[in-house]
Amino acid sequence: MQTKAGVLVAYALQQLINGVTLGMIYGLIAVGYTMVYGIIGMINFAHGDVFMIGAFLSLIGLTLLAGFGMTSVPLALAISLAAACAIAALYGWTVERIAYRPLRGSFRLAPLISAIGMSIVLQNFVQVSQGARDLNLQPLIPGGMAIFEENGFVVQLSWMQVVISIVTLALLAVFTWLVTKTPLGRAMRACEQDLKMASLLGIDTDRTISLTFVIGAILATVAGMLFLLYYGSINFFIGFSAGVKAFTAAVLGGIGSLPGAVLGGLAIGLIESFWSGYASVPYKNVAAFSVLVIVLIFMPSGLLGRSDVEKV
Amino acid sequence: MTALLRLHGVTAFYGAIQALKGVDLEVNQGEIVTLIGSNGAGKSTLMMTICGNPRARSGEIHYDGSDITQLPTFEIMRRGLAQSPEGRRIFPRMSVHENLLMGAYGRAPGEAAEDMERIFALFPRLKERLAQRGGTLSGGEQQMLAIGRALMSRPRLLLLDEPSLGLAPLVVRQIFGAIRELNRATGLTVLLVEQNAFQALRLAHRGYVLVNGAITMAGTGPALLARPEIRAAYLEGAH
Repeated sequence: MQTKAGVLVAYALQQLINGVTLGMIYGLIAVGYTMVYGIIGMINFAHGDVFMIGAFLSLIGLTLLAGFGMTSVPLALAISLAAACAIAALYGWTVERIAYRPLRGSFRLAPLISAIGMSIVLQNFVQVSQGARDLNLQPLIPGGMAIFEENGFVVQLSWMQVVISIVTLALLAVFTWLVTKTPLGRAMRACEQDLKMASLLGIDTDRTISLTFVIGAILATVAGMLFLLYYGSINFFIGFSAGVKAFTAAVLGGIGSLPGAVLGGLAIGLIESFWSGYASVPYKNVAAFSVLVIVLIFMPSGLLGRSDVEKV
Repeated sequence: MTALLRLHGVTAFYGAIQALKGVDLEVNQGEIVTLIGSNGAGKSTLMMTICGNPRARSGEIHYDGSDITQLPTFEIMRRGLAQSPEGRRIFPRMSVHENLLMGAYGRAPGEAAEDMERIFALFPRLKERLAQRGGTLSGGEQQMLAIGRALMSRPRLLLLDEPSLGLAPLVVRQIFGAIRELNRATGLTVLLVEQNAFQALRLAHRGYVLVNGAITMAGTGPALLARPEIRAAYLEGAH
C-alpha cells in the first residue's frame, strides 16, 4: 500500500514536469497572440505559422552548420537561433505590412480573414519548399537525470526540459523588463490603451505595431526551436495545432494580458499532460478545449483578463 | 507678431459628413486664442485636424512657417505642438508618473524629471497621486494630468480641448488660472476650445466663433463678450 501511493506520487510528478515543459512552449507562443490582440484588437491567425517557420529555420540553420563541420553544439544552437529569429522577425514584420496594415480602419472581420489567408499561404509555402513529410533531427541535448525511483517507476527530468524552462523564464524576464521599464515598452502599452492618444504624443504608432509583430515572431521562433529540439520532428502543419493551443492559452489566461498568456499556456500544458497520463491520449485536445469552454462560461474574460469598466 | 499657427480654407470630413467648411484661423506667438461654439459645431474636429487626424481634405495648415497639412500625426506632434484632447484620454492602466513620462516621449530622461517638477508646482495634486493608476483619478485630477502630460513635451503651442467639461467651478478656476500663469510666465501659446464661453473669452486675448464648421465671428475677448448675438447664443444663463 505504501509503495503504491509512492508510485502514484511519482507518476503525478512526472506528468507535472512534462506538462510544465509543454506549457512553457505554449506560453511563449501565446504571448504573441495576446500582445497583438492588445494593441490592434485582432487575432493574428498566422502567428502559429511563424512559430512553424521558426522551427524550420532552426532546423535549416543546424543542418547547414553541421554540414560546414561545426562540432560545438551550444555554438551551433546560438548561431542558428539568432539567424532564425532575424529571418522569422522579418516574416512577422512582412505579414503585418502586407496583410494587416492596408486593412486597418476597415471592418473588423477583414484583417481576421486576411490572417487566415496568410496562415494558409505560409503553410503551403513551407509544404512546397520543404516537403510534406516529417523532418527529423537527432537529439542535440540528450540525457537527463533521475529525480527519484519508486518501486520501479523512475521520475525523469531531461536536460532538454531544463533548457526549455530556463530559456523560457529568462526570455519572459527580459520581455517583462522591456514592456514595463523601457520607452519602447511604454509606447507599446500606450498604443494598447489608446492608439489615437499615443499618436498625439508623437509616437509612431505604425512602427510600434510593427515592432510588436517582430517581438512576437522572435518569441515564437524561440518556441519553435525548443519544440524542434524537444520532439526532434517537425512538419509544415505543426503551426496549426500549436497555434490553436497557444491561442486557447491566451484566451484562457485572458486575451490582452501578458501574465495571463503564460499562465494559460501552463494550464493548457498541464491539462494535456495529466489527461494523457491518466485518461486517454487521443482525447487530450478535447480535455484542453473543454476546460476552456468551462472557464469561459464562468469567467468570460479569462483567468487574468480585464472585466472592469474604466472610468472616463 | 508672427503667426505660429495659420489655417487657410481648411475642410475636413468624417465619412460623408463635412465637419469643417473652409476654416481660416490664426494663432500668434504668445497669444491665448479661444474657439467657442456649441456642441457639434466642429471645435474638436478642428483641433484634431490641426494634428492630422482626420487629415484636412483641402486647405492649408502652416505651423512655424512650414506646411504640416499632409504630415502624419506623430510627425506634427514632434514639431512642438501638444494637445490635451477632448475626453482627456488618460492612459487608464498607467500610473500618473507613467502618463507624464509618455508626454516626454522621445526626450532624454533627465529633462523629463526636471519638467515633472515644474508640473507638480502647477498641479501639486498630481504629485500626491504619482503612483495611482490614471483610470482611478477624479475628473479634475485627470484634466490636470492631461494638461501636465501635454506640457511634458515642452510645447510651443498647447491645444486645449474643453478643459472645463464636467468639472466643479472651483477646479475650473484653478485650471484656467494655471493656463493664464503659463502664458504669462513662459509665453506659451494656447489655442483653447471651450463651451464655457464666458470664462474662455475673459481668459483669451482673441476669440473665434465656430458655427456648423465655419468661422462666423472673430475679435478680441472683450469685443466678443460685448456682442449681443454672442451673449444671446452662448452666454445667457451660463454664469
